[in-house]
Amino acid sequence: MKALVAIKRVVDYNIQVRVKADGSNVDIDGVKMGINPFDENAIEEAIRLKEKGIVTEIVAVTIGGAANQDILRHALAMGADRAMLVETQETLHSLGVAKVLKALVEREQPQLILLGKQAIDDDAGQTGQMLAALLKLPQATYASQITIEGNQATVVREIDGGTQTLAVSLPAVITADLRLNEPRYVKLPNLMMARKKPLENVPLDSLSVSLTHNVQQLKVATPPERPAGIMVKDVNELLSKLRTHEGIIG
Amino acid sequence: MRTLIIAEHNGQHLNEQVARAVTAAQQWQQPVDVLIAAAQPDALAAQAATLQGVSSVLVASDAALQHPTAEHLADIIVPLAANYTVVLAAHSAFSKNVLPRVAALLDVNMLSDVLEIVNTNTYVRGIYAGNVLATVQNRDAIQVLTVRGSKFAAAATGAAAEVKAITTPAAPAGSRWISEAFNKSERPALTAAKVVVSGGRALGSADAFAQVIAPLADKLHAAIGASRAAVDAGYAPNDLQVGQTGVVVAPELYIAVGISGAIQHAYGMKDSKVVVAINQDPEAQIFKIADYGLVADLFEVVPQLTAAL
Ligand SMILES: Cc1cc2nc3c(=O)[nH]c(=O)nc-3n(C[C@H](O)[C@H](O)[C@H](O)COP(=O)(O)OP(=O)(O)OC[C@H]3O[C@@H](n4cnc5c(N)ncnc54)[C@H](O)[C@@H]3O)c2cc1C
Repeated sequence: MKALVAIKRVVDYNIQVRVKADGSNVDIDGVKMGINPFDENAIEEAIRLKEKGIVTEIVAVTIGGAANQDILRHALAMGADRAMLVETQETLHSLGVAKVLKALVEREQPQLILLGKQAIDDDAGQTGQMLAALLKLPQATYASQITIEGNQATVVREIDGGTQTLAVSLPAVITADLRLNEPRYVKLPNLMMARKKPLENVPLDSLSVSLTHNVQQLKVATPPERPAGIMVKDVNELLSKLRTHEGIIG
Repeated sequence: MRTLIIAEHNGQHLNEQVARAVTAAQQWQQPVDVLIAAAQPDALAAQAATLQGVSSVLVASDAALQHPTAEHLADIIVPLAANYTVVLAAHSAFSKNVLPRVAALLDVNMLSDVLEIVNTNTYVRGIYAGNVLATVQNRDAIQVLTVRGSKFAAAATGAAAEVKAITTPAAPAGSRWISEAFNKSERPALTAAKVVVSGGRALGSADAFAQVIAPLADKLHAAIGASRAAVDAGYAPNDLQVGQTGVVVAPELYIAVGISGAIQHAYGMKDSKVVVAINQDPEAQIFKIADYGLVADLFEVVPQLTAAL
Protein backbone atom coordinates (compact mmCIF):
# COMPACT_ATOMS: atom_id res chain seq x y z
CA MET A 1 0.00 0.00 0.00
CA LYS A 2 1.02 3.56 -0.59
CA ALA A 3 1.75 5.87 2.34
CA LEU A 4 1.62 9.65 2.13
CA VAL A 5 3.47 11.51 4.86
CA ALA A 6 2.92 15.24 5.34
CA ILE A 7 5.82 17.11 6.92
CA LYS A 8 6.58 20.68 7.98
CA ARG A 9 9.72 22.78 8.17
CA VAL A 10 10.04 24.48 11.56
CA VAL A 11 12.59 26.29 13.70
CA ASP A 12 14.92 23.74 15.30
CA TYR A 13 13.56 22.65 18.67
CA ASN A 14 16.73 23.70 20.50
CA ILE A 15 16.32 27.32 19.50
CA GLN A 16 14.53 29.86 21.60
CA VAL A 17 12.98 32.23 19.07
CA ARG A 18 12.88 35.99 19.57
CA VAL A 19 10.14 38.47 18.92
CA LYS A 20 10.85 41.27 16.39
CA ALA A 21 11.28 44.70 18.00
CA ASP A 22 8.02 45.98 16.49
CA GLY A 23 6.08 42.95 17.79
CA SER A 24 4.83 42.12 14.29
CA ASN A 25 6.14 38.57 14.27
CA VAL A 26 8.85 36.25 15.49
CA ASP A 27 12.29 36.80 14.02
CA ILE A 28 13.39 33.61 12.29
CA ASP A 29 15.81 35.13 9.78
CA GLY A 30 18.93 33.01 9.66
CA VAL A 31 17.66 30.68 12.38
CA LYS A 32 18.38 26.95 12.06
CA MET A 33 15.41 25.15 10.56
CA GLY A 34 14.58 21.48 10.33
CA ILE A 35 11.86 18.92 10.04
CA ASN A 36 9.18 19.05 12.74
CA PRO A 37 10.11 16.28 15.25
CA PHE A 38 6.71 14.58 15.20
CA ASP A 39 6.78 14.49 11.40
CA GLU A 40 10.07 12.66 11.59
CA ASN A 41 8.29 10.03 13.69
CA ALA A 42 5.64 9.80 10.96
CA ILE A 43 8.25 9.22 8.24
CA GLU A 44 10.09 6.71 10.39
CA GLU A 45 6.89 4.75 10.91
CA ALA A 46 6.17 4.65 7.18
CA ILE A 47 9.71 3.36 6.57
CA ARG A 48 9.35 0.66 9.22
CA LEU A 49 6.06 -0.43 7.66
CA LYS A 50 7.83 -0.60 4.31
CA GLU A 51 10.61 -2.68 5.85
CA LYS A 52 7.91 -5.05 7.09
CA GLY A 53 6.56 -5.35 3.55
CA ILE A 54 3.27 -3.63 4.37
CA VAL A 55 3.90 -0.27 2.75
CA THR A 56 5.23 -0.37 -0.80
CA GLU A 57 5.76 3.30 -1.58
CA ILE A 58 6.30 6.37 0.60
CA VAL A 59 5.50 9.84 -0.69
CA ALA A 60 6.65 12.77 1.48
CA VAL A 61 4.86 16.07 0.90
CA THR A 62 5.05 19.61 2.17
CA ILE A 63 3.76 23.08 1.39
CA GLY A 64 5.64 26.38 1.44
CA GLY A 65 8.65 28.15 -0.05
CA ALA A 66 11.48 26.60 -2.07
CA ALA A 67 13.55 26.25 1.11
CA ASN A 68 11.30 23.35 2.05
CA GLN A 69 13.22 21.16 -0.35
CA ASP A 70 15.72 20.50 2.43
CA ILE A 71 13.24 18.67 4.66
CA LEU A 72 11.92 16.72 1.68
CA ARG A 73 15.52 15.67 0.90
CA HIS A 74 15.86 14.70 4.55
CA ALA A 75 12.73 12.53 4.26
CA LEU A 76 14.08 10.97 1.07
CA ALA A 77 17.40 10.31 2.76
CA MET A 78 15.59 8.60 5.64
CA GLY A 79 13.88 6.30 3.13
CA ALA A 80 10.90 7.97 1.46
CA ASP A 81 10.65 7.08 -2.23
CA ARG A 82 9.60 10.39 -3.70
CA ALA A 83 8.58 13.85 -2.60
CA MET A 84 6.23 16.64 -3.59
CA LEU A 85 6.50 20.33 -2.79
CA VAL A 86 3.45 22.53 -3.22
CA GLU A 87 5.19 25.84 -3.56
CA THR A 88 3.60 28.99 -2.15
CA GLN A 89 4.70 32.06 -0.22
CA GLU A 90 1.35 32.54 1.50
CA THR A 91 1.02 32.26 5.26
CA LEU A 92 -0.38 28.88 6.07
CA HIS A 93 -2.97 27.84 8.58
CA SER A 94 -4.07 24.36 9.51
CA LEU A 95 -7.31 24.44 7.50
CA GLY A 96 -5.59 25.68 4.33
CA VAL A 97 -2.86 23.08 4.70
CA ALA A 98 -5.49 20.38 5.19
CA LYS A 99 -7.22 21.50 1.98
CA VAL A 100 -3.98 21.28 -0.01
CA LEU A 101 -3.22 17.88 1.49
CA LYS A 102 -6.71 16.70 0.61
CA ALA A 103 -6.04 17.55 -3.04
CA LEU A 104 -2.75 15.63 -2.90
CA VAL A 105 -4.43 12.63 -1.30
CA GLU A 106 -7.08 12.63 -4.00
CA ARG A 107 -4.35 12.63 -6.62
CA GLU A 108 -2.16 9.99 -4.99
CA GLN A 109 -4.83 7.75 -3.43
CA PRO A 110 -2.70 6.52 -0.51
CA GLN A 111 -4.09 3.92 1.90
CA LEU A 112 -2.18 5.35 4.81
CA ILE A 113 -1.90 9.08 5.54
CA LEU A 114 0.59 9.95 8.26
CA LEU A 115 1.34 13.29 9.92
CA GLY A 116 2.96 14.49 13.12
CA LYS A 117 0.49 15.22 15.93
CA GLN A 118 1.47 18.89 16.10
CA ALA A 119 4.03 21.32 14.75
CA ILE A 120 6.35 22.79 17.36
CA ASP A 121 6.14 26.31 15.92
CA ASP A 122 2.42 27.16 16.05
CA ASP A 123 1.56 24.26 18.40
CA ALA A 124 -1.90 24.08 16.82
CA GLY A 125 -2.20 20.29 16.47
CA GLN A 126 -5.09 20.42 14.02
CA THR A 127 -3.99 19.47 10.52
CA GLY A 128 -4.41 15.69 10.76
CA GLN A 129 -7.90 15.86 12.21
CA MET A 130 -8.93 18.52 9.68
CA LEU A 131 -7.57 16.47 6.80
CA ALA A 132 -9.45 13.39 8.02
CA ALA A 133 -12.64 15.46 8.23
CA LEU A 134 -12.29 16.89 4.72
CA LEU A 135 -11.60 13.43 3.30
CA LYS A 136 -14.42 11.93 5.43
CA LEU A 137 -11.94 9.34 6.64
CA PRO A 138 -11.39 7.80 10.07
CA GLN A 139 -8.72 9.40 12.24
CA ALA A 140 -6.38 8.06 14.89
CA THR A 141 -4.39 10.82 16.58
CA TYR A 142 -1.43 10.69 19.02
CA ALA A 143 -0.36 7.22 17.91
CA SER A 144 2.27 5.47 20.00
CA GLN A 145 1.84 2.13 18.20
CA ILE A 146 0.47 1.18 14.79
CA THR A 147 -0.27 -2.37 13.65
CA ILE A 148 -1.61 -2.99 10.17
CA GLU A 149 -3.42 -6.14 9.15
CA GLY A 150 -5.16 -6.24 5.81
CA ASN A 151 -7.39 -3.24 5.48
CA GLN A 152 -7.29 -2.24 9.13
CA ALA A 153 -4.90 -0.33 11.35
CA THR A 154 -4.94 -0.92 15.08
CA VAL A 155 -3.61 2.18 16.78
CA VAL A 156 -2.63 2.71 20.39
CA ARG A 157 -3.28 6.38 21.18
CA GLU A 158 -1.87 8.45 24.02
CA ILE A 159 -4.72 10.11 25.90
CA ASP A 160 -4.98 11.92 29.24
CA GLY A 161 -4.45 9.39 32.01
CA GLY A 162 -3.46 6.43 29.84
CA THR A 163 -3.88 4.93 26.39
CA GLN A 164 -6.73 4.02 24.09
CA THR A 165 -6.72 1.45 21.31
CA LEU A 166 -8.75 2.06 18.16
CA ALA A 167 -9.22 0.03 15.00
CA VAL A 168 -9.60 2.15 11.88
CA SER A 169 -10.35 0.91 8.41
CA LEU A 170 -7.99 2.11 5.72
CA PRO A 171 -7.59 4.55 4.16
CA ALA A 172 -7.23 6.55 7.36
CA VAL A 173 -5.34 9.51 8.78
CA ILE A 174 -2.95 8.74 11.64
CA THR A 175 -0.93 11.32 13.58
CA ALA A 176 2.32 10.37 15.30
CA ASP A 177 3.30 10.96 18.90
CA LEU A 178 6.96 11.06 19.92
CA ARG A 179 6.90 7.59 21.44
CA LEU A 180 5.78 5.94 18.21
CA ASN A 181 9.40 5.19 17.36
CA GLU A 182 12.89 6.63 17.37
CA PRO A 183 13.69 8.20 14.00
CA ARG A 184 16.89 6.93 12.36
CA TYR A 185 19.86 9.17 11.78
CA VAL A 186 20.50 10.21 8.23
CA LYS A 187 23.98 9.30 7.02
CA LEU A 188 25.85 11.25 4.38
CA PRO A 189 25.69 8.54 1.68
CA ASN A 190 21.91 8.47 2.11
CA LEU A 191 21.75 12.19 1.58
CA MET A 192 23.77 11.78 -1.62
CA MET A 193 21.45 9.02 -2.81
CA ALA A 194 18.41 11.09 -1.93
CA ARG A 195 19.46 13.65 -4.53
CA LYS A 196 18.63 11.12 -7.21
CA LYS A 197 15.13 10.46 -5.90
CA PRO A 198 12.26 12.35 -7.55
CA LEU A 199 11.16 15.64 -5.99
CA GLU A 200 8.23 17.10 -7.85
CA ASN A 201 7.11 20.72 -7.72
CA VAL A 202 3.34 20.86 -7.72
CA PRO A 203 1.99 24.32 -8.58
CA LEU A 204 -0.63 25.43 -6.09
CA ASP A 205 -2.84 26.54 -9.02
CA SER A 206 -2.99 22.99 -10.36
CA LEU A 207 -4.77 21.92 -7.17
CA SER A 208 -7.50 24.60 -7.30
CA VAL A 209 -7.32 25.18 -3.54
CA SER A 210 -7.66 28.64 -2.09
CA LEU A 211 -5.47 29.48 0.89
CA THR A 212 -7.30 32.67 1.82
CA HIS A 213 -8.50 32.53 5.38
CA ASN A 214 -9.96 34.64 8.13
CA VAL A 215 -7.24 34.27 10.73
CA GLN A 216 -4.80 37.07 11.32
CA GLN A 217 -1.96 37.36 13.77
CA LEU A 218 -2.23 40.87 15.18
CA LYS A 219 0.92 40.92 17.28
CA VAL A 220 3.36 38.78 19.18
CA ALA A 221 5.03 39.38 22.54
CA THR A 222 7.47 37.74 24.90
CA PRO A 223 5.65 36.34 27.93
CA PRO A 224 6.35 38.08 31.22
CA GLU A 225 9.31 36.46 32.94
CA ARG A 226 8.90 34.86 36.30
CA PRO A 227 10.47 37.13 38.89
CA ALA A 228 13.91 35.92 39.89
CA GLY A 229 13.81 33.32 42.60
CA ILE A 230 16.18 32.73 45.46
CA MET A 231 18.58 29.92 46.24
CA VAL A 232 18.15 28.22 49.59
CA LYS A 233 21.02 26.46 51.34
CA ASP A 234 19.22 23.41 52.66
CA VAL A 235 15.94 21.61 53.25
CA ASN A 236 15.22 23.52 56.46
CA GLU A 237 15.50 26.88 54.79
CA LEU A 238 13.33 25.66 51.90
CA LEU A 239 10.64 24.47 54.29
CA SER A 240 10.63 27.65 56.32
CA LYS A 241 10.24 29.71 53.11
CA LEU A 242 7.37 27.57 51.94
CA ARG A 243 5.72 27.78 55.35
CA THR A 244 6.20 31.39 56.28
CA HIS A 245 6.37 33.16 52.93
CA GLU A 246 4.06 31.05 50.85
CA GLY A 247 1.86 29.32 53.38
CA ILE A 248 1.23 26.49 50.98
CA ILE A 249 2.40 23.66 53.17
CA GLY A 250 1.37 23.06 56.73
CA MET B 1 -26.83 33.57 18.98
CA ARG B 2 -25.51 30.99 21.41
CA THR B 3 -22.31 29.37 22.65
CA LEU B 4 -21.89 25.59 22.73
CA ILE B 5 -19.52 23.83 25.14
CA ILE B 6 -18.47 20.29 24.39
CA ALA B 7 -18.30 18.53 27.76
CA GLU B 8 -15.65 15.97 28.55
CA HIS B 9 -16.53 13.23 31.02
CA ASN B 10 -15.62 9.68 31.97
CA GLY B 11 -19.14 8.28 31.83
CA GLN B 12 -19.83 9.05 35.51
CA HIS B 13 -18.40 12.48 36.21
CA LEU B 14 -17.99 15.66 34.27
CA ASN B 15 -14.37 16.60 33.91
CA GLU B 16 -13.65 19.49 36.31
CA GLN B 17 -12.42 21.49 33.31
CA VAL B 18 -15.99 21.82 32.00
CA ALA B 19 -16.79 24.35 34.73
CA ARG B 20 -13.76 26.36 33.61
CA ALA B 21 -14.92 26.32 30.01
CA VAL B 22 -18.28 27.68 31.22
CA THR B 23 -16.47 30.66 32.74
CA ALA B 24 -14.53 31.26 29.52
CA ALA B 25 -17.79 31.10 27.55
CA GLN B 26 -19.29 34.03 29.52
CA GLN B 27 -17.02 36.35 27.50
CA TRP B 28 -19.50 36.28 24.61
CA GLN B 29 -22.43 37.43 26.73
CA GLN B 30 -24.86 35.12 25.04
CA PRO B 31 -26.64 31.96 26.21
CA VAL B 32 -24.32 29.04 26.90
CA ASP B 33 -25.36 25.46 26.21
CA VAL B 34 -23.43 22.37 27.23
CA LEU B 35 -23.45 19.23 25.11
CA ILE B 36 -23.35 15.91 26.93
CA ALA B 37 -22.80 13.00 24.58
CA ALA B 38 -22.90 9.74 26.51
CA ALA B 39 -24.33 6.24 26.67
CA GLN B 40 -25.96 6.99 30.04
CA PRO B 41 -26.19 10.77 30.06
CA ASP B 42 -28.72 11.47 32.82
CA ALA B 43 -26.40 11.91 35.79
CA LEU B 44 -23.90 13.82 33.68
CA ALA B 45 -26.58 16.14 32.34
CA ALA B 46 -27.76 16.77 35.91
CA GLN B 47 -24.21 17.73 36.92
CA ALA B 48 -23.86 20.11 33.97
CA ALA B 49 -27.26 21.68 34.69
CA THR B 50 -26.05 22.85 38.10
CA LEU B 51 -23.26 25.01 36.63
CA GLN B 52 -23.94 28.75 37.00
CA GLY B 53 -24.03 30.40 33.60
CA VAL B 54 -25.40 27.44 31.67
CA SER B 55 -28.70 28.05 29.84
CA SER B 56 -29.44 24.55 28.72
CA VAL B 57 -27.89 21.12 28.57
CA LEU B 58 -28.18 19.24 25.29
CA VAL B 59 -28.14 15.49 25.61
CA ALA B 60 -27.03 13.13 22.88
CA SER B 61 -27.55 9.55 23.94
CA ASP B 62 -26.42 6.41 22.14
CA ALA B 63 -24.91 3.11 23.27
CA ALA B 64 -21.87 3.78 21.04
CA LEU B 65 -21.13 6.91 23.10
CA GLN B 66 -19.84 4.67 25.89
CA HIS B 67 -16.57 5.13 24.01
CA PRO B 68 -17.15 7.93 21.53
CA THR B 69 -14.96 8.40 18.49
CA ALA B 70 -14.04 11.82 17.11
CA GLU B 71 -15.97 10.92 13.96
CA HIS B 72 -19.17 10.25 15.88
CA LEU B 73 -18.88 13.34 18.07
CA ALA B 74 -18.22 15.56 15.06
CA ASP B 75 -21.33 14.15 13.35
CA ILE B 76 -23.33 15.07 16.46
CA ILE B 77 -21.88 18.57 16.86
CA VAL B 78 -21.81 19.79 13.25
CA PRO B 79 -25.59 19.78 12.66
CA LEU B 80 -26.05 21.80 15.88
CA ALA B 81 -23.66 24.51 14.74
CA ALA B 82 -26.29 26.43 12.77
CA ASN B 83 -27.56 27.77 16.11
CA TYR B 84 -24.15 28.70 17.47
CA THR B 85 -21.50 31.31 16.86
CA VAL B 86 -19.06 29.79 19.34
CA VAL B 87 -18.10 26.15 19.87
CA LEU B 88 -15.58 25.63 22.65
CA ALA B 89 -14.08 23.14 25.05
CA ALA B 90 -11.33 23.02 27.63
CA HIS B 91 -8.07 21.98 25.98
CA SER B 92 -7.32 18.29 26.52
CA ALA B 93 -6.46 15.12 24.60
CA PHE B 94 -10.22 14.66 24.18
CA SER B 95 -11.11 18.09 22.81
CA LYS B 96 -8.05 18.56 20.63
CA ASN B 97 -8.92 15.32 18.90
CA VAL B 98 -12.54 16.29 18.18
CA LEU B 99 -12.73 20.06 17.63
CA PRO B 100 -10.40 20.38 14.62
CA ARG B 101 -12.57 17.79 12.90
CA VAL B 102 -15.65 19.86 13.71
CA ALA B 103 -14.01 23.08 12.49
CA ALA B 104 -12.97 21.56 9.16
CA LEU B 105 -16.46 20.17 8.56
CA LEU B 106 -17.82 23.67 9.21
CA ASP B 107 -15.10 25.12 6.93
CA VAL B 108 -13.85 27.44 9.65
CA ASN B 109 -10.48 27.89 11.36
CA MET B 110 -9.83 26.85 14.92
CA LEU B 111 -7.64 28.21 17.70
CA SER B 112 -6.10 25.74 20.13
CA ASP B 113 -5.21 26.17 23.78
CA VAL B 114 -6.31 29.79 24.10
CA LEU B 115 -4.88 31.50 27.19
CA GLU B 116 -6.89 34.70 27.11
CA ILE B 117 -10.04 35.84 25.32
CA VAL B 118 -9.42 39.49 24.36
CA ASN B 119 -12.80 40.00 22.72
CA THR B 120 -15.37 37.98 20.82
CA ASN B 121 -12.98 37.05 18.03
CA THR B 122 -9.50 37.85 19.33
CA TYR B 123 -7.38 35.65 21.54
CA VAL B 124 -3.95 35.24 23.06
CA ARG B 125 -2.28 31.86 22.71
CA GLY B 126 1.22 30.48 23.10
CA ILE B 127 3.40 29.55 20.14
CA TYR B 128 6.93 28.08 20.04
CA ALA B 129 6.36 26.06 23.21
CA GLY B 130 4.94 29.09 24.97
CA ASN B 131 8.06 31.18 24.37
CA VAL B 132 5.98 33.67 22.43
CA LEU B 133 2.45 34.92 23.03
CA ALA B 134 0.50 35.60 19.85
CA THR B 135 -2.62 37.76 19.66
CA VAL B 136 -4.78 36.28 16.93
CA GLN B 137 -8.04 37.39 15.35
CA ASN B 138 -10.42 34.94 13.73
CA ARG B 139 -13.12 36.53 11.54
CA ASP B 140 -14.91 33.27 10.78
CA ALA B 141 -18.66 33.25 11.43
CA ILE B 142 -18.31 30.40 13.92
CA GLN B 143 -15.53 30.61 16.48
CA VAL B 144 -14.14 27.17 17.28
CA LEU B 145 -11.58 27.04 20.07
CA THR B 146 -10.13 25.16 23.02
CA VAL B 147 -9.16 27.11 26.13
CA ARG B 148 -6.48 26.41 28.75
CA GLY B 149 -8.58 25.46 31.78
CA SER B 150 -6.13 26.73 34.39
CA LYS B 151 -6.52 30.28 33.04
CA PHE B 152 -10.22 30.39 33.94
CA ALA B 153 -11.85 29.92 37.32
CA ALA B 154 -14.39 27.13 37.66
CA ALA B 155 -18.02 28.28 37.40
CA ALA B 156 -19.99 27.88 40.63
CA THR B 157 -22.74 25.31 41.00
CA GLY B 158 -26.29 25.70 42.29
CA ALA B 159 -28.10 26.48 39.04
CA ALA B 160 -30.80 24.38 37.41
CA ALA B 161 -30.56 24.68 33.65
CA GLU B 162 -33.08 22.91 31.45
CA VAL B 163 -32.05 19.59 29.93
CA LYS B 164 -33.07 18.78 26.35
CA ALA B 165 -32.54 15.61 24.35
CA ILE B 166 -31.26 16.03 20.80
CA THR B 167 -31.36 13.60 17.91
CA THR B 168 -28.21 11.54 17.78
CA PRO B 169 -26.89 10.27 14.46
CA ALA B 170 -25.57 6.71 14.48
CA ALA B 171 -21.85 6.13 14.91
CA PRO B 172 -20.14 6.13 11.52
CA ALA B 173 -18.41 2.95 10.41
CA GLY B 174 -14.67 3.02 9.87
CA SER B 175 -13.45 3.52 13.39
CA ARG B 176 -13.95 1.18 16.32
CA TRP B 177 -13.00 1.50 19.99
CA ILE B 178 -11.13 -1.57 21.23
CA SER B 179 -9.83 -0.84 24.69
CA GLU B 180 -8.52 1.68 27.13
CA ALA B 181 -5.86 1.38 29.80
CA PHE B 182 -5.77 3.98 32.52
CA ASN B 183 -2.93 4.21 34.94
CA LYS B 184 -4.76 3.72 38.20
CA SER B 185 -3.65 5.89 41.04
CA GLU B 186 -5.04 7.08 44.34
CA ARG B 187 -3.35 10.40 43.80
CA PRO B 188 -5.11 13.52 42.56
CA ALA B 189 -5.22 14.00 38.77
CA LEU B 190 -2.21 15.85 37.43
CA THR B 191 -4.24 18.70 35.96
CA ALA B 192 -6.34 19.15 39.10
CA ALA B 193 -3.72 18.71 41.84
CA LYS B 194 -2.75 21.60 44.12
CA VAL B 195 0.76 20.21 44.45
CA VAL B 196 2.78 18.38 41.80
CA VAL B 197 6.09 16.63 42.44
CA SER B 198 7.89 15.88 39.18
CA GLY B 199 10.94 13.75 38.61
CA GLY B 200 13.43 13.84 35.76
CA ARG B 201 16.09 11.73 34.15
CA ALA B 202 18.22 12.08 37.28
CA LEU B 203 15.99 9.59 39.11
CA GLY B 204 17.55 6.88 37.01
CA SER B 205 14.90 4.18 37.51
CA ALA B 206 11.24 3.45 38.12
CA ASP B 207 12.28 2.20 41.56
CA ALA B 208 13.72 5.58 42.41
CA PHE B 209 10.41 7.18 41.43
CA ALA B 210 8.65 4.83 43.83
CA GLN B 211 11.19 5.27 46.63
CA VAL B 212 12.09 8.96 46.37
CA ILE B 213 9.31 10.82 44.55
CA ALA B 214 6.24 8.88 45.71
CA PRO B 215 6.77 9.31 49.49
CA LEU B 216 7.18 13.07 49.07
CA ALA B 217 4.07 13.20 46.88
CA ASP B 218 2.18 11.19 49.52
CA LYS B 219 3.12 13.61 52.28
CA LEU B 220 2.01 16.58 50.18
CA HIS B 221 -1.12 14.89 48.74
CA ALA B 222 0.47 15.69 45.43
CA ALA B 223 0.16 14.35 41.92
CA ILE B 224 3.32 12.94 40.37
CA GLY B 225 4.68 14.36 37.14
CA ALA B 226 7.71 13.57 35.03
CA SER B 227 9.96 14.99 32.34
CA ARG B 228 9.97 13.46 28.90
CA ALA B 229 13.40 12.00 29.52
CA ALA B 230 12.05 10.16 32.58
CA VAL B 231 9.02 8.92 30.63
CA ASP B 232 11.05 7.84 27.60
CA ALA B 233 13.39 5.89 29.86
CA GLY B 234 10.41 4.09 31.40
CA TYR B 235 10.79 5.54 34.90
CA ALA B 236 7.24 6.93 34.80
CA PRO B 237 4.14 6.26 32.67
CA ASN B 238 3.49 8.38 29.55
CA ASP B 239 0.49 10.22 30.90
CA LEU B 240 2.60 11.81 33.65
CA GLN B 241 4.69 13.78 31.16
CA VAL B 242 4.53 17.49 31.84
CA GLY B 243 5.30 19.83 28.97
CA GLN B 244 4.70 20.94 25.42
CA THR B 245 3.83 17.45 24.32
CA GLY B 246 2.40 16.22 27.57
CA VAL B 247 0.15 17.82 30.13
CA VAL B 248 0.16 21.49 31.10
CA VAL B 249 -0.19 22.02 34.85
CA ALA B 250 -0.53 25.12 37.02
CA PRO B 251 -0.62 23.96 40.66
CA GLU B 252 -0.03 26.05 43.78
CA LEU B 253 3.30 24.29 44.23
CA TYR B 254 5.44 22.52 41.64
CA ILE B 255 8.53 20.69 42.81
CA ALA B 256 10.95 19.78 40.01
CA VAL B 257 13.37 17.10 41.11
CA GLY B 258 16.37 16.32 38.91
CA ILE B 259 14.87 18.10 35.92
CA SER B 260 17.03 20.41 33.81
CA GLY B 261 14.18 22.72 32.77
CA ALA B 262 14.25 22.44 28.96
CA ILE B 263 11.85 24.87 27.25
CA GLN B 264 9.54 22.00 26.33
CA HIS B 265 9.25 21.05 29.99
CA ALA B 266 8.94 24.65 31.22
CA TYR B 267 5.98 25.12 28.87
CA GLY B 268 4.03 22.65 30.96
CA MET B 269 4.68 24.09 34.42
CA LYS B 270 5.78 27.71 34.36
CA ASP B 271 2.32 28.99 35.26
CA SER B 272 2.58 27.22 38.62
CA LYS B 273 2.22 29.61 41.55
CA VAL B 274 5.38 28.53 43.36
CA VAL B 275 8.13 26.51 41.70
CA VAL B 276 10.77 24.67 43.72
CA ALA B 277 13.74 23.15 41.89
CA ILE B 278 16.14 20.59 43.28
CA ASN B 279 19.11 19.99 41.02
CA GLN B 280 22.79 19.36 41.60
CA ASP B 281 23.87 21.58 38.72
CA PRO B 282 23.83 25.26 39.77
CA GLU B 283 23.69 26.25 36.08
CA ALA B 284 20.51 24.22 35.34
CA GLN B 285 17.85 26.17 33.38
CA ILE B 286 15.19 25.18 35.88
CA PHE B 287 16.66 27.61 38.43
CA LYS B 288 15.76 30.50 36.11
CA ILE B 289 12.07 29.78 36.54
CA ALA B 290 12.17 28.53 40.13
CA ASP B 291 11.05 30.64 43.09
CA TYR B 292 13.20 28.52 45.39
CA GLY B 293 16.23 26.62 44.20
CA LEU B 294 18.24 24.07 46.10
CA VAL B 295 21.53 22.89 44.62
CA ALA B 296 21.91 19.40 46.02
CA ASP B 297 21.89 15.69 45.33
CA LEU B 298 18.25 14.75 45.14
CA PHE B 299 18.86 11.32 46.69
CA GLU B 300 20.08 13.09 49.80
CA VAL B 301 17.69 16.02 50.16
CA VAL B 302 14.35 14.64 48.92
CA PRO B 303 14.20 12.01 51.68
CA GLN B 304 15.18 14.75 54.16
CA LEU B 305 12.35 16.91 52.89
CA THR B 306 9.88 14.03 53.10
CA ALA B 307 10.97 13.25 56.65
CA ALA B 308 10.67 16.89 57.72
CA LEU B 309 7.06 17.21 56.58
C1 LIG C 1 9.47 17.93 20.08
C2 LIG C 1 9.89 17.79 21.49
C3 LIG C 1 8.94 17.81 22.48
C4 LIG C 1 9.30 17.66 23.81
N1 LIG C 1 8.33 17.69 24.75
C5 LIG C 1 8.68 17.58 26.06
C6 LIG C 1 7.70 17.63 27.09
O1 LIG C 1 6.50 17.72 26.84
N2 LIG C 1 8.11 17.53 28.38
C7 LIG C 1 9.44 17.39 28.72
O2 LIG C 1 9.74 17.31 29.93
N3 LIG C 1 10.36 17.34 27.77
C8 LIG C 1 10.02 17.42 26.45
N4 LIG C 1 10.99 17.33 25.50
C9 LIG C 1 12.36 16.97 25.91
C10 LIG C 1 13.17 18.13 26.46
O3 LIG C 1 13.79 18.81 25.41
C11 LIG C 1 14.27 17.59 27.42
O4 LIG C 1 15.08 16.68 26.72
C12 LIG C 1 13.72 16.90 28.67
O5 LIG C 1 12.76 17.72 29.30
C13 LIG C 1 14.86 16.61 29.62
O6 LIG C 1 14.39 15.89 30.73
P1 LIG C 1 15.16 15.97 32.12
O7 LIG C 1 15.19 17.37 32.56
O8 LIG C 1 14.55 14.97 33.02
O9 LIG C 1 16.59 15.41 31.73
P2 LIG C 1 17.98 16.16 31.64
O10 LIG C 1 17.92 17.31 30.75
O11 LIG C 1 18.98 15.10 31.38
O12 LIG C 1 18.19 16.73 33.10
C14 LIG C 1 18.48 15.97 34.22
C15 LIG C 1 18.85 16.94 35.32
O13 LIG C 1 19.07 16.24 36.51
C16 LIG C 1 20.16 16.81 37.21
N5 LIG C 1 20.70 15.77 38.08
C17 LIG C 1 21.38 14.64 37.75
N6 LIG C 1 21.65 13.90 38.85
C18 LIG C 1 21.13 14.56 39.91
C19 LIG C 1 21.06 14.29 41.31
N7 LIG C 1 21.57 13.17 41.83
N8 LIG C 1 20.45 15.19 42.09
C20 LIG C 1 19.92 16.33 41.59
N9 LIG C 1 19.94 16.62 40.26
C21 LIG C 1 20.53 15.76 39.43
C22 LIG C 1 21.10 17.27 36.14
O14 LIG C 1 21.92 18.32 36.62
C23 LIG C 1 20.14 17.73 35.03
O15 LIG C 1 19.85 19.11 35.14
C24 LIG C 1 10.65 17.49 24.16
C25 LIG C 1 11.62 17.48 23.17
C26 LIG C 1 11.26 17.62 21.84
C27 LIG C 1 12.30 17.60 20.80
